[in-house]
Amino acid sequence: MRFRLVLSEMMIGLRRNLTLTLAVIITVGVSLVLVGAALILSRQVDRLKGYWYDKVEVTVSLCTNTDTQAPCNDQPATDAQRTQISQAIAALPEVQRVYYESKQEAYQHFRDQFKDTPALINNTTPDQLPDSYRVKLRNPQKSAIVISALSGRPGVAEVVDQRELLSPLFRMLHAFQKIAIGTAIGVLLAAIALIVNTIRIAVFSRRREIGIMRLVGASNLYIELPFLLEGALAGLVGGLLALVGVGLIESVLVHGQLKPAFQFTQTAFVTWSDVRFIGIELVVLGVLMSTIVAFLTLSFSRATRV
Amino acid sequence: MISFDRVTKKYPTQTRPALDTVSVEVAKGEFVFLVGQSGSGKSTFLRLVLREEKTNHGTIHVAGKDLARLASWKVPGLRRQIGTVFQDFRLLPNKTVTENVAFALEVIGRPRHQIAKVVPEVLQLVGLQGKGERMPDELSGGEQQRVAIARAFVNRPMILLADEPTGNLDPATSVGIMKLLDRINRVGTTVLMATHDAAIVDSMRRRVVELEGGHVVRDQSRGVYGYSH
Repeated sequence: MRFRLVLSEMMIGLRRNLTLTLAVIITVGVSLVLVGAALILSRQVDRLKGYWYDKVEVTVSLCTNTDTQAPCNDQPATDAQRTQISQAIAALPEVQRVYYESKQEAYQHFRDQFKDTPALINNTTPDQLPDSYRVKLRNPQKSAIVISALSGRPGVAEVVDQRELLSPLFRMLHAFQKIAIGTAIGVLLAAIALIVNTIRIAVFSRRREIGIMRLVGASNLYIELPFLLEGALAGLVGGLLALVGVGLIESVLVHGQLKPAFQFTQTAFVTWSDVRFIGIELVVLGVLMSTIVAFLTLSFSRATRV
Repeated sequence: MISFDRVTKKYPTQTRPALDTVSVEVAKGEFVFLVGQSGSGKSTFLRLVLREEKTNHGTIHVAGKDLARLASWKVPGLRRQIGTVFQDFRLLPNKTVTENVAFALEVIGRPRHQIAKVVPEVLQLVGLQGKGERMPDELSGGEQQRVAIARAFVNRPMILLADEPTGNLDPATSVGIMKLLDRINRVGTTVLMATHDAAIVDSMRRRVVELEGGHVVRDQSRGVYGYSH
């Protein structure tokens, strides 16, 4: 095998089909950027979940004298009820940790949260806010068990899984992810069709050489290698484009827009090391995809086979 | 060297077989003319020897190998022992004479120094010394065919197949090509030549196998083109 010769054949092939090769590179690049965007989104969802699920818990709000519905009936929770509820929570195997938030603490949080609207604070007394048990679960997925065990008990106004409050956000992120994947598949198919045609045209434009190679006994590998390398190189360049693309997404979108806008959740965003990993995946994917497509195209074309 | 044993070859799109129970033995070092009208099966015969096609029935042995049992990855190895020349030369127009001949060695992985040594030798053999840097379109038809023969012979094959090698050449040039093929045969190469050219067959007085409608209708050891009986 004379590798320099194979390489020079490959370069001749690439130059001959320059516009088509460019089209392959660009479509492979664009489709991989979309794949990369989907991967970044899914990584982002994981990071957000990891961040928020560490913080959120099930909140068991106790009755106040303004809770009109059963089981409160305008009666604030009694100390006896508090003790019972606290024991019931401690008895649940799913519970990892529980702490009590008094009315005064609730009022403090309320004031922090609404410090920009003093009118609201002035019209609220600590007595109007419910005290509550904040329950941290071993497994946040099992909140339903805890909720059904505690709601309806005497003195319990409401049991809320705070994770539920985040679910619209995650639904939106999942929707974006699906759109990215769907678009990626469409462009990927276009890229594959382009690779198939590029290889076929390359084979056709070199049919004379191929005919002679077969006649004098060149091996299949030797005949096909320039085309496979052509595909691999186009895939590599496309993959590198995608690497740059996801790098831009990270620096412009995440570091340029998201992070300054949500300063309090620094750890909840996709990091450069996530993006580096995704980028390498994209390059490998680009090379593999175009080489495999080129290989299959050659296998199904009789021109290059003995 | 080449043996056909009751070989039948039928192409899927045709009703009549291209070759029908053909048995032919060609010994090492023989010179054989394959004659017959267009469509008589000459080209199919050559394609079968090259394993471009497979038989439907019967067995073919070439250089000791049973072609039906030859794995497809071994086909290139078979073809390296066979040189082939065509009526239309099949040279690469963008390569010089030397490059055209060297190409056949490069693509089977021969080392550069060996190529640099044997290509001028074979050009000398076919009478093209000093024309190595010419492009094919600067050469006459006869010279182009010499380049093609040089390319077919540069790897010193055991068998040389020639499919109407003089079909595009005038009679005087054809005689030169035949002399060259004769010389190649005399160094021990088995030559199998399909042709329409009666004058050449008559003048060479070599073995003639005549095909008609896929059958061998004549096999004479020192034959002429037409029927001699």
